[in-house]
Amino acid sequence: MGTFRSIVFSSVVAGFIVGLIVTVAQQFGTVPLILKAEVFEKAAEAQQHEAAAAPQTAVAGHDHAAHDHAAHDHADHDHGAGAWEPRDGFERNAYTAAANVLNAIGFALLLAGFFAVRSGATGEGVAWHEGLLWGLAGFAVFTIAPGLGLPPELPGVPAAPLLSRQIWWLAAVLATAAGLALIVFRRSAPAAIAGVILLALPHLIGAPELEHVETNVPSSLSHQFVVAVTVTSLIFWTLLGAATSLAFVRFDVGADRLS
Amino acid sequence: MSQSQVTHLPVAAGQVGRLSQALMAMVLGVFVIGMVGFSHIDVVHNAAHDVRHSNAFPCH
Repeated sequence: MGTFRSIVFSSVVAGFIVGLIVTVAQQFGTVPLILKAEVFEKAAEAQQHEAAAAPQTAVAGHDHAAHDHAAHDHADHDHGAGAWEPRDGFERNAYTAAANVLNAIGFALLLAGFFAVRSGATGEGVAWHEGLLWGLAGFAVFTIAPGLGLPPELPGVPAAPLLSRQIWWLAAVLATAAGLALIVFRRSAPAAIAGVILLALPHLIGAPELEHVETNVPSSLSHQFVVAVTVTSLIFWTLLGAATSLAFVRFDVGADRLS
Repeated sequence: MSQSQVTHLPVAAGQVGRLSQALMAMVLGVFVIGMVGFSHIDVVHNAAHDVRHSNAFPCH
């Protein structure tokens, strides 16, 4: 189990460091915008509550549940349903840091898996520079491609049903990864054409979207958020690519390269 | 002749082992990402809320 252990160790080390760094970057980039948007989100929810509560004053229990469901249709996640949520401030940021570290470890496991296969095939470790290029590929696959169809969204902005967006997101990621792999590793004209078609395909099909979006979150805020997510993700992926390759080369030396 | 067969076999088996171990690690990675970014469980969603938005994972 030498290789597996090397992959896991290097992913945990790289993911821990990069997860913490990106948490700091998010405190300046994305988190302030999320908090601003939540002010609009909560105001809209309160409005909906008032509007829905007015004609229903006579009937309680059953109707109340129905209106709750309607009012929370898009925004029902962390504010109403009664499920646990971290308190604002330190607790919320601590969970964000932990989730960032886990997320980074998850993506590092993918990167290091590729590094293991690659160095097994070439007999040489993956240098940090090549690791950085893999990180950029991750940025293209996991941020740019799905973000074209489903731009980073702020709380309080209604969107198409969650599951349909998750499916399109996954399809965009898989098609982009496969397309890039065909272009980079096959190096033949038919493979390149097939690769480009795969890159374009999810966008030709189109991401699920609502016909009519009504929100009081200002569009300038949404625009700032798209930029903030893109920049913090770029930091995340370049650091994670380089850090994971550096860590994996170190841990993989001890293990027998072919076992 | 027979000696070269003996020395080749472990190498081939080792490469298969490396590939399957890498795949196992990647499945683990997909599981972790799926939990943090895509789980529909409310509590998990709320804990990772800001991370989901910051990574542009489909949220809500």
